[in-house]
Amino acid sequence: MLLNRLKAGGPAIAKQGILVAFILFMIVFSLMSDRFLTPDNVMSVFRQSAIIGVMALGVTIVVIGGNLDLSVGSMLSFATVLVVDLHDKVGPELAIPIMVLATLCLGAINGFLIGILRLNSLIVTLGMLSAIQGLVLIYSGGQNVDIVDQRGTWFAIFGRGSILGIAAPIIIFGLLAIIFHVIMTTTPFGRKVYAVGGNPTASVFSGIPRSRIVFTTYLISALCVAVAAIILGSRVMGSQNNVGQGYELQVLAAVILGGTSLLGGAGSILKTVLGVLMLAFIQNGLILMGQPYYTQWLVTWAVIIVAVWLDVAAKRGRLFSPIA
Amino acid sequence: MNEKLEPALRLQGIVKTFPGVRALDGVDFEVMPGEVHALLGENGAGKSTLMKVLAGMYQPDEGQIIIGGQPVRMTTPIEAKAQGVVLIHQELSLVPEMSAAENIYLGELPLKSFGRVDWKTLFDRSNAILERLNCNFRGEVTVVNLSIANQQMVEIARALTVDARVAVFDEPTASLTDAEKVVLFEIINDLKARGVGIVYISHRMDEIFTLSDRITVLRDGSYRGTLTTAETNEDEVTRLMIGRSLDLSRDAATPTLGETVLEVRNLTCAPLFKDISFSVRAGEVVGFYGLVGAGRTEIAETLFGLRSADSGEILIDGAQVRIGSPPDAIALGISLVPENRKEQGLVLSMNCRDNMTLPQVQNLTNGPFVSSGAENAIFDKYRDKLEIKTPSWRQTVRVLSGGNQQKIVIGKWLSMQPRVLIVDEPTRGIDVGSKSEIHMLLRALAAQGYAVIVISSEMPEVLRVSDRIVAMYSGRIMREFTAELVTEDSLVQAISGIQVNEVA
Repeated sequence: MLLNRLKAGGPAIAKQGILVAFILFMIVFSLMSDRFLTPDNVMSVFRQSAIIGVMALGVTIVVIGGNLDLSVGSMLSFATVLVVDLHDKVGPELAIPIMVLATLCLGAINGFLIGILRLNSLIVTLGMLSAIQGLVLIYSGGQNVDIVDQRGTWFAIFGRGSILGIAAPIIIFGLLAIIFHVIMTTTPFGRKVYAVGGNPTASVFSGIPRSRIVFTTYLISALCVAVAAIILGSRVMGSQNNVGQGYELQVLAAVILGGTSLLGGAGSILKTVLGVLMLAFIQNGLILMGQPYYTQWLVTWAVIIVAVWLDVAAKRGRLFSPIA
Repeated sequence: MNEKLEPALRLQGIVKTFPGVRALDGVDFEVMPGEVHALLGENGAGKSTLMKVLAGMYQPDEGQIIIGGQPVRMTTPIEAKAQGVVLIHQELSLVPEMSAAENIYLGELPLKSFGRVDWKTLFDRSNAILERLNCNFRGEVTVVNLSIANQQMVEIARALTVDARVAVFDEPTASLTDAEKVVLFEIINDLKARGVGIVYISHRMDEIFTLSDRITVLRDGSYRGTLTTAETNEDEVTRLMIGRSLDLSRDAATPTLGETVLEVRNLTCAPLFKDISFSVRAGEVVGFYGLVGAGRTEIAETLFGLRSADSGEILIDGAQVRIGSPPDAIALGISLVPENRKEQGLVLSMNCRDNMTLPQVQNLTNGPFVSSGAENAIFDKYRDKLEIKTPSWRQTVRVLSGGNQQKIVIGKWLSMQPRVLIVDEPTRGIDVGSKSEIHMLLRALAAQGYAVIVISSEMPEVLRVSDRIVAMYSGRIMREFTAELVTEDSLVQAISGIQVNEVA
């Protein structure tokens, strides 16, 4: 039945699948918990999703360009530890730019190895995942870091501030999402990222500087991590050495849930936002229903696998197929 | 023995629908044992779908498949093979990292106890088949190390592991050189003599008229008729296929040649090509003819900045230039319509307009944003000019026919207003109707003052479009001909490396 509808509806319904699933989830959870759809709860889910969300924006662009970025988790640890540690040493007005530059350098290493030297992005970023974690431990000597004067610093506005009752992380996430959406859909750069991800060879044959485009996508990804680190550091006012551990998978989950193709060339920033929110609401809903922390992971990945399967099935017109 | 022969294979009233498309609409088709039956039709006419039904990859919605008088139902290619129906694919479907022998017996490797592969039997049998095909390699060699033509031979060898009743050849000569084609035709004739029914799918009329006994034509998924080859001609077949006559005459008007636009002097890139010198004038089509691997594509890639030459000079309008990358070439007005449309020419997942404007998207801006208006204007202009058939610019190019896809690539480069247009294998995998359109288009472009280079492995194509023909063999230019003086014989000699006495 479902398959026939998918077939009949063609790409239209397949494209909206994530939205449909999202609405279904919201209905089910709000029926099962009366606290789920309260403004307070919704706002707190939005706020909590902002860090994953900002990172997912950058990773979406990398993935559309035909690559992966698994290093964002430990890059977040690095950036947060750095900005928090420097905050008390040199003040926030210097700590932020230094951290952003340092994080961009890590992005540039990814970009150089993958874009210029054309190494496999899975291997490079997986390697960077543990290399950067090591770097964090060397830097901090294994000590967790804190900001001493938590009330007196303007650094607090990024994680704890709000404008017109809307929490700052939500505003930052929303603004960045709109900016990147506009970049990807309306600028020459966005078009080139889609082209390079869709067919790198044909892009080179069309005179597009493929290496430079891929390099830039990793810089964007690193920039997003830096912004996420500012929000995280500002909210917690301290950082553990491994604070970003596991974030790379959550980020990737949101990107996949948003329907961005891991093969590159297809995907959307706005749908990644939906993926991020859906992930956050599923986890929140399960907590409200009294499920322990680890069930989130079972449910999340089950949802993702079913989503990917339906997506593929809709494309080839049958649920099981011996030929792709 | 005058009893009526039973067809080796008969398809009756085959109907196959996909969402929104009736791909096959009551198609009848039969092959007698020992007959070569050509199946013709434009791209999208349903040939491939019909063959996939035959090979068990698709189930027909209606209709019957009758093999040796018995109705059969096949659900997998292996089952079809067990019924004696073997398919030689158009696109190579080999596992490159495995040996030729493993590929030949893929899915049905001979086994010993405990499911271990019986390597000795595997190699013995494979080598026997390869010998029958007069192949000069053995089953132990890894496929990735074989030339495309030899890979095609492995594909054919795969079909010979069973006693085939029916062998389907789907565009088998697409990547073969003329010499290799001869071998292939011998194999087909050998199979024919042993009573195998052959289905031969090709776009190339000359092959069909050389090989086939009967011709069946499909158009838009429906059966258009069966002709006896001996009693028909290309004209009749074409009319049946595209519903109109084809203008095959060459634009005989003497071109008005302008200045020399591109000149190449002693260009060398060892070991691909050596000491290449030629020039192209505005308003002229220069054809590059030679065997696959003669170095023609590599020269084009060098001119487009994808390779760097060891030595030699490239001059545009008489001035020496350095071309280090495709953007350099584009800036100098050199455009390349590459050999492989799907891999090099198009981003298949993108829409028609975005593909066409891709090389210049950086300049089509309004502030920081891409200007939709400017893009649409370009697309509309070249859609009309090249008669590209697509419902809308939003259509992804993946679903267009080969001819329309090629026109998108050509439109992409024409919109860059190039001085030199290099077209590599412009009609590979394109049906006869579109082929003729593209030939006329290339002539028309030259008439408008472009300097055009056409690289082709098809002699009729080169003869039809070129004002001059450069014949290459093994990385060297053997001879240059003018359209008036060229003969097929001398051309074949030149590309086979046969030196002729220089005429002073």
